[in-house]
Amino acid sequence: MTAADSSPKSWNRLECSRAERLLRAQSISRGRLVPPDKIVQLLEAVIEPGDRVCIEGNNQKQADFLARSLVKTDPSRLRDLHLVQSVLALPEHIDLIERGQVSRIDFSFSGPQAARLARLVENNKITIGAIHTYLELFARYFVDLTPRVALIAAQAADHEGNLYTGPNTEDSPAIVEATAFKGGIVIAQVNQIVDKLPRVDIPADWVNFVVKAPTPHYIEPLFTRDPAQITEIQVLMGMIAIKGLYAEYGITRLNHGIGFDTAAIELLLPTYAADLGLKGKICTHWALNPHPTLIPAIEAGFVQSVHSFGSEVGMERYTAARPDIFFVGADGSMRSNRAFSQAAGHYACDLFIGSTLQIDLQGNSSTATKGRIAGFGGAPNMGADARGRRHASPAWLRAGREGRGNIAMPRGQKLVVQTVETFREHMHPTFVERLDAWELAETANMELPPVMIYGEDMTHIITEEGIANLLLCRTPEEREQAIRGVAGYTPVGMARDARMVENLRDRGIIRRPEDLGIRKRDATRDLLAARSIRDLVHASGGLYEPPKQFRNW
Amino acid sequence: MEKFTLKLPSPAASQEIKSSGICGVVSSGNLEILVESTSNKESCTVVVNTSAHGFRDIWEAVLHDFALRHSAGGLGFTINDAGATPAVVSLRLDQAFEICCDEAK
Repeated sequence: MTAADSSPKSWNRLECSRAERLLRAQSISRGRLVPPDKIVQLLEAVIEPGDRVCIEGNNQKQADFLARSLVKTDPSRLRDLHLVQSVLALPEHIDLIERGQVSRIDFSFSGPQAARLARLVENNKITIGAIHTYLELFARYFVDLTPRVALIAAQAADHEGNLYTGPNTEDSPAIVEATAFKGGIVIAQVNQIVDKLPRVDIPADWVNFVVKAPTPHYIEPLFTRDPAQITEIQVLMGMIAIKGLYAEYGITRLNHGIGFDTAAIELLLPTYAADLGLKGKICTHWALNPHPTLIPAIEAGFVQSVHSFGSEVGMERYTAARPDIFFVGADGSMRSNRAFSQAAGHYACDLFIGSTLQIDLQGNSSTATKGRIAGFGGAPNMGADARGRRHASPAWLRAGREGRGNIAMPRGQKLVVQTVETFREHMHPTFVERLDAWELAETANMELPPVMIYGEDMTHIITEEGIANLLLCRTPEEREQAIRGVAGYTPVGMARDARMVENLRDRGIIRRPEDLGIRKRDATRDLLAARSIRDLVHASGGLYEPPKQFRNW
Repeated sequence: MEKFTLKLPSPAASQEIKSSGICGVVSSGNLEILVESTSNKESCTVVVNTSAHGFRDIWEAVLHDFALRHSAGGLGFTINDAGATPAVVSLRLDQAFEICCDEAK
């Protein structure tokens, strides 16, 4: 034994620290229930400089009252904080950095605050540990980024402190479990305090404090796409996806990214796909938020099961009324869970399809643009081959055969698809020689360019020009020409080797709409099962209640 | 506004479409295309009126490919564009062409 070991070891320092913090809190709030006007003092009492703090805020619900309260704390007392949270969505998240209270952040997504965050990073006001995927950040909560204090949001609490999250459970279970079982403190803002909860989503003994927020927590209706805005090009690309990929591979289990491109596919299922005789053969099982644009397909009997990352504003009554499809509690309301749904999307789906802002000649795709640090959310987990997967399915095996050729050991591959128009708005080309992500990485001192989906995971690209099947490409040159071959009139597309592209088309690596038996003239909005938000309400039998900003009647 | 006219070689349209006047119109949002028959059966004429400057190369490539793809000789197209993408222009041209030829049947 050395001298240093002679003092008795302490094995419960985290627990002691928690006890000290709770003792300090006692002078502010006697019980678990904190009066709203004492919350700033309470935060000052339980948070210490240097703490890792999670302000629950994913891309949907936000612990907004607690975030506003944290901004009111004394910066000389609460400083040097390390934010570890899914999303930097609220202005207050960035205000905390500007006030000098936060020195480091680890997060997944910062869409709404991307420009402010980029400026702070360039001015050395903040250090970014890393931009994670949701699942990756949750994983680190249980390894080296465990929160000391978690500020979360729930629908209601009872007097013991049990929490009901309602359909928007989202990140709460992952955050609370990591914090509560590693000596941390959990503070929940709730919309209501009730005598009896409809169900318990978070048990009281994992929660230290509850505060009733003066206004209900904010939820962003992020997954609502108005069918009125879907273009005929998106209809065409949806037809290509359904006939050229979903039918071809027999895709039953899948995840759709957010956007009008995938909303178009959802609205073509009860019409175009049904006419092709695909009902029951494709798109039966989903990892997906309750997209309003999926309502017509559900009503048509296309869909058997949907597990959701979060909920969607206005879909509460509809999901509750379709318990065979959605995951619904004994109380009759949906339960979401971001961590489980991300795992489901990664391991149990055969296809991911989403959209992006830029694709390079290797097939790397990124939503990073100059001056904006936006992050990823869940797309990299959805859009990556699950190398730990050990169960087979026809679609997965076929993709594996196409991609790996005749190797001795049978192995499948996930289909990872990007569906993009060759030009975005204002004639920005989607296809580029070099991703903006490289420049962003340089200016923000990032070790990795923020690539959303790596070329090695991408299996197909759909544009208005057709499908490029990257699995079948045997050399980097073929891959490059396959990408150029669907890149339209962008500089990348115009620089194609026309003969090589024709050769790829002969081999079925590039397939034009006409090769798939798709007549472009059929690509009209008449094919959409709903052409307005109002049509969606009608399709739901009045159960869908769209938020105000989507109502024009 | 930018305005230019292109005359592109294209095989004569196979159907005897209406001898004169407008034989088809497609429009929506940011693009309108009028199709008329012309006397020159060896080429197709396209008049482009566009609100966007500096994309003439792309227009020429899109229209060149269109004239290769279809037998559009003897057809005159007038395009009024308010910022449509090449994808939309190609799709609409194809639709306008198909409408004219179908109506002649």
